[in-house]
Amino acid sequence: MTTLLKVNNLVKKFGGLTAVSDVSMQINSDELIALIGPNGAGKTTLFNMLTGVISPSSGTITFDQEGKKISLNHKKAYQIAELGLARTFQNIRLFKDMTVLDNVLVAMTNQYKEGFLQAVLRFPKFYQTEDVIVKKARNLLAIFDLDKDMHKRACNLPYGLQRRLEIVRGLAMSPKILFLDEPAAGMNPEETAALAKLIRKIQKQFHITVVLIEHDMSLVMNLVERIYVLDQGTLLAEGTPKEIKQNKTVIKAYLGEEG
Amino acid sequence: MQTFFQQVINGLSLGSIYALLALGYTMVYGIIKLINFAHGDIYMLGAFWGYYVINVWHFNFIAALLSAMVICGLSGVIIEYFAYRPLRHSPRITALITAIGVSFFLENGMAYLFGSNARDFPQIVKQVNYNIGGVRISNIQIQILATACILMLLLQLIIRYTKMGRAMRAVSVDNDAAQLVGINPNLTISFTFALGSALAGAAGVMIGLYYNSIDPLMGMTPGIKAFVAAVVGGIGSVPGASLGGFLIGLLETLVQSVGLSAYKDAVVYVVLIVILLILPTGIFGKNVKEKV
Repeated sequence: MTTLLKVNNLVKKFGGLTAVSDVSMQINSDELIALIGPNGAGKTTLFNMLTGVISPSSGTITFDQEGKKISLNHKKAYQIAELGLARTFQNIRLFKDMTVLDNVLVAMTNQYKEGFLQAVLRFPKFYQTEDVIVKKARNLLAIFDLDKDMHKRACNLPYGLQRRLEIVRGLAMSPKILFLDEPAAGMNPEETAALAKLIRKIQKQFHITVVLIEHDMSLVMNLVERIYVLDQGTLLAEGTPKEIKQNKTVIKAYLGEEG
Repeated sequence: MQTFFQQVINGLSLGSIYALLALGYTMVYGIIKLINFAHGDIYMLGAFWGYYVINVWHFNFIAALLSAMVICGLSGVIIEYFAYRPLRHSPRITALITAIGVSFFLENGMAYLFGSNARDFPQIVKQVNYNIGGVRISNIQIQILATACILMLLLQLIIRYTKMGRAMRAVSVDNDAAQLVGINPNLTISFTFALGSALAGAAGVMIGLYYNSIDPLMGMTPGIKAFVAAVVGGIGSVPGASLGGFLIGLLETLVQSVGLSAYKDAVVYVVLIVILLILPTGIFGKNVKEKV
C-alpha cells in the first residue's frame, strides 16, 4: 500500500470565512475512504481543492505518480484530471444534451490516439481505436446497467441513473482516485444499498481508491475502511468506522452535548 | 414561376455564404457566449487572401480556398488568444466591446495597409450558364453550393465523431465539468475559433468569385446578416445556423425580385425583430431559463 495523495495543513479562506482550516490527510492506494461531517463542514470545499476547482489559500497537496511527487497546488483542473483524479458532483453535472455514450467517451479524450484527419475521413485505423474505446465504454456502462440506455440523451435518464452515469464518466478516465460527492443523495434505501455494492465492486475490480462524501451513516459505516470527520472546517477525527462510532468528540459534533 | 425558381437558386447560393458565416457565430457563441463581431472581417481577410494568391501566385480555386481557410483559421486563433482570452473571466459586455474593437482594427488596418478602394476579384472560374427549364444556373453558383454543403458536412462529422468535437460539445454544456474530465478548455476554444474562422475564409473566397468585388468594409453587412441568420436558427445551434443562413439568403433575393431592392437589408433586420418577439430562442434554440 502506497500513499497516493498527501494533504498538508490545507487552508481555504473565502474573505473572512475560513471554510477549511489546517486539514492534513493521507489517501492510500486501493482504499475506500469516507469524508463525513455536518452541513457546512467544508467537505465539498476540500474536494474542490483536491480536484483543482479552487486553489487553496495555503498548505500543500502532493500526488504520488509512480514514485514521482507532483504538487497539485498550481495545477489546472484538467491537468489534475489527467493525472488520475476523477470526481462526481453533489448536484449532478452531466453533459445533458449529449448521449449517455458520448458522456462516457468525452471522458476518454486522452485515450484517443487517432489523428484529426483519420477521424474526419474515417480511416480504417480510426475505426480500430474507436472500436476499442467504445467497447471499453460499453463495458463500463454495462457494469452500471446503463448499456441499454446508451443512445438516450443524458438528461432523459431518471435521476438515479444520472447519478450512476456520473460515476461511469469518472471511471472512464481510468482514475487512480475517484472522488464521489454524495453519490447516494436523493436515493431510496434499496438504491443506496445497490450503489454501495457497486462502489465496493468497482473499487476492487479497477484497483482504485474511492473517497466519498456521504450523509447516509448506514452506507458509510458498512462500506468504508477509513473515515475522516470534518466539522466547521477542521479535522475532528480519523479512524475505522468502529473507532469513529465510539469517538466522543464526533458524537458531540453530531448529536450535540449530552443532555 | 420561372422567376421564382430563378430567385430560389440565387437565394440558395447567397444563403450558403451566410450559412458558412453563421456557423462561426453560433459555434463561438455556443462555447464562450461571445458574439464575435469581428467574424465578418475574418471573411473579408479570406477574400483578400484569395485575391492576393490568385493574382500573385496564380492559385486555382481549390488552392485559394484551402489556403484561405488555413490563414483565416490561424487569424481566428490569434485573435482569440490576444483579444478574448485575457477577458475570459470578465463580464460578457467587456468581451463584446472588444470584439467590436477587433472588427474596427481589422477593417481600418486593411484599409490603411492596402487602400480602401474596391477591387475586382480575379475570375479564375470561367462563368458558364446552364439553362434548366428556363431557370439559369451558373457553374459558379453550383460550385458555391457544393463547396458550402461539403464544408457543412465535414463540420458535422468533426463535431459528432472526433474527440475535439466531443470536447467542444462538452465545454459548451459545462466548462467546469469538462475540465474535470480532463478536457483542456483553452485548446478546445482555440479549435472552435479555428473551425469557425476557416469557414468564414472559405465564404470570403466564394463571395469574391460570386460578386466579383471586394473591399476592406465588405465584411460588415454580411457579418451582421449572418449574425441574424444564427439568431433565426437559434444561436448556439449548428444545424440552426445553416438553416438560418439559407433562409436569410432566400429572403433577401426574393425581396429584391419583387422590386424592393432598396429595402433588402431592412427586411433582414425586420425579420430579426420579429423572431426576437415571437420566437426569441430561434428555430432550433433551446428554451433555457436562467436561475436566479
